[in-house]
Amino acid sequence: MRFIPLALAAMLLGAPAMAAELTGTLQKVKETGSIAMGVRDSSVPFSYLDEQQKPVGYAIDICYKIIDAVKKELNLPNLKVQLVPVLSSNRIPLMANGTIDLECGSTTNNVDREKQVSFTNTHYLTASKFVAKKSEHLNTIAELAGKTVVSTAGTTNIVQLNQVNAARKLGINVVPAKDHAEAFLMVETGRASAFVMDDIILASLIASAKDPSAYVISDDAFSAAEPYGIMVRKDDVPFKALADKATREFYLSPEGKATYAKWFQSPIPPKGLNLNTPMSAGMKHAFEHPSDNPDPASYN
Amino acid sequence: MSNFDFDIVWQNLPYLFLVGLRFTLTLTVLAALGGVILGTLLAILRQSGGPVLSGFVAGYVNLVRALPLVLVIFWFYFLVPYVGQWVTGSPRPIQVGGFASALITFIVFEAAYFSEIMRAGIASIPRGQSSAGQALGLTHAQVMRYVVLPQVFRIMLPVLLTQTIVLFQDTSLVYVLSITDFLGAASKIAERDGRLVEMYTFAALVYFVLSFAASRGVQRLRARYAVPR
Amino acid sequence: MGYHWNWGIFWEQSPEGTGTYFDMLVQGLETTLVTAALAWLIAFVVGSVVGVLRTLPGRVAPAIATCWIELFRNMPLLVQLFLWYFVVPDLLPGPWGVWLKQLPNAPFITAVLGIGFFMSARVAVQVASGVEALPRGQRAAATALGLTGPQTYRYVLLPMAYRIILPPLTSELLNTIKNTSVALTIGLAELTARARAVQEFSFQVFEAFTAATLAYLVVNLIATLAARWLEDRVRVPGFGKP
Repeated sequence: MRFIPLALAAMLLGAPAMAAELTGTLQKVKETGSIAMGVRDSSVPFSYLDEQQKPVGYAIDICYKIIDAVKKELNLPNLKVQLVPVLSSNRIPLMANGTIDLECGSTTNNVDREKQVSFTNTHYLTASKFVAKKSEHLNTIAELAGKTVVSTAGTTNIVQLNQVNAARKLGINVVPAKDHAEAFLMVETGRASAFVMDDIILASLIASAKDPSAYVISDDAFSAAEPYGIMVRKDDVPFKALADKATREFYLSPEGKATYAKWFQSPIPPKGLNLNTPMSAGMKHAFEHPSDNPDPASYN
Repeated sequence: MSNFDFDIVWQNLPYLFLVGLRFTLTLTVLAALGGVILGTLLAILRQSGGPVLSGFVAGYVNLVRALPLVLVIFWFYFLVPYVGQWVTGSPRPIQVGGFASALITFIVFEAAYFSEIMRAGIASIPRGQSSAGQALGLTHAQVMRYVVLPQVFRIMLPVLLTQTIVLFQDTSLVYVLSITDFLGAASKIAERDGRLVEMYTFAALVYFVLSFAASRGVQRLRARYAVPR
Repeated sequence: MGYHWNWGIFWEQSPEGTGTYFDMLVQGLETTLVTAALAWLIAFVVGSVVGVLRTLPGRVAPAIATCWIELFRNMPLLVQLFLWYFVVPDLLPGPWGVWLKQLPNAPFITAVLGIGFFMSARVAVQVASGVEALPRGQRAAATALGLTGPQTYRYVLLPMAYRIILPPLTSELLNTIKNTSVALTIGLAELTARARAVQEFSFQVFEAFTAATLAYLVVNLIATLAARWLEDRVRVPGFGKP
């Protein structure tokens, strides 16, 4: 049963040797002529919807570099790209069950997740902090005691918030939200006092808020700056190798730095705001020495 | 209330209707058709299958009806690719898009409800009709096809349509998967532009107008199509 | 690329630090049951009042009842919850809205009210049809005995109507329990939400959903058996099982 589609594909493509060698995602992409890219609604500026509701962002650009490499490797110039909306809460099972082949967003690479999925070279480093309205005068984690605090379901941030809450007995009422936009709206509409998330995501949400001056990001952090990676399936060595090679070349090239500048230091859609976030020392290191290491300490 | 701005609705009408509502209506129509077909098969199997088969169908119908749709949507979103792998013998989970996954979920879920409607309909047909059909030399399948089911569909049409209106409202739950149905489209704009009040009020209005008009239509149909008995 | 089963997951500590994953699901089940019970209370009381209004003579009362029923029946529950949660507080005068938003358990209160009103429309339809199913002579007889309108409903019509509609009311009760899961969209930590959280923290999708499925089945079974017991208990001799 398993041989039939494979043999058929090999016959149709006239390249039996090559088709037989392919495994995992590359084999699937070759057979179906399409690749599925998981995209986010509101991970600005990594993966989000522009004014035409089209997914754009820094991670999307990187993913298209990987897809270009796939096209070249498989000799499929007309490879079809399917865009599949995913959430923080379902991206990992959807990767495991084959709904998506690449996840292009703001997914933290950590040891726990590496048991389920793999990540290609780190594309960003960010620490977990919280945003609150200035009028609430919240700046330290201790001040969140007894408050309602929101975070996005399925993120490392909500796990860290829960852990700190339990360890320090703060009595925080932790509320999960579907995505970052919804979580931020909880703060904006006064439903929650604070939103715990990666600082870059918080900065972009504030920048696009109706009144950016009303919000402040905490100095206190729940974590050191942790690496983001493009997620791929676990144990798919050839596909990961291809993605690693493509991203490595991209980060080392001038185009990589230009793409960073395009999303973090220039006006971006939909409203033309500029995040004004130059590369940190850790980011420069991550670009000069591309790595998929989940350990935050390795980027210093 | 201070800055209620319906301009935002106006600007996004094409996206709301051409993308969002189109998804919702397509999903509703296809899921209703699929659900009625599968539900009718289930009802027939339950009525005239052997004890094992009808027991199995009864178990299925009761299981599905005991579960919240939200849970079933989550189950299927993650499970369907594995089931597809098992059915097709593919070496890996097959890829299923959001629409296909939602459609399969709603067909399988609503079929349980449609099958109960069809079962009640089949039970309402006097047994003498089946006997008469068999006396005329028709097989069981022919009796169903030519005698029983046409009447059941006619008697049950208003109930089937009412259930379809429920299905139309239920499709809004694909929101939990971040799929762009009508509510999904409204919420994406609401969240992007911080316009929850306007977008959710408008979404509620559209659902209300469509459901209300449809249920009025069903009431008129019920009056007109009632089988004289 | 297969799925790695791990049924032992339930006994592991959850990262929330408040117990095991199993404890998370138990808390979720409790929230589901409490939310459903309170929502059902609202649905039953409001639905009965609206249902009775619908059967009253005259035009005004039935018209009000019809408006209520159509309003709550023709919008998806999810949309209604969003209206209660996101829209209503913004339409209220400033301090009221702020007070409403800052209630510590706003999702719970919203879910109870939202689901309660949503289900009240369905209960009202059942109550009205129960009253209408009674022979007209009953109302006339009550009037002849000198009973007032309220007395007629209290002592003659409603006791029989409720008995007639017990089976559909049971299924509306089950619907109320199932509908609580929709409130996960406004952050209520009910059973389905907790099963999702178990999945998000542990990545064991199917174990978490299987446990939730079994819990719903058991609740459903208990509610069905209880309703059947009630039906037998309240049956009026001479009026066989409806």
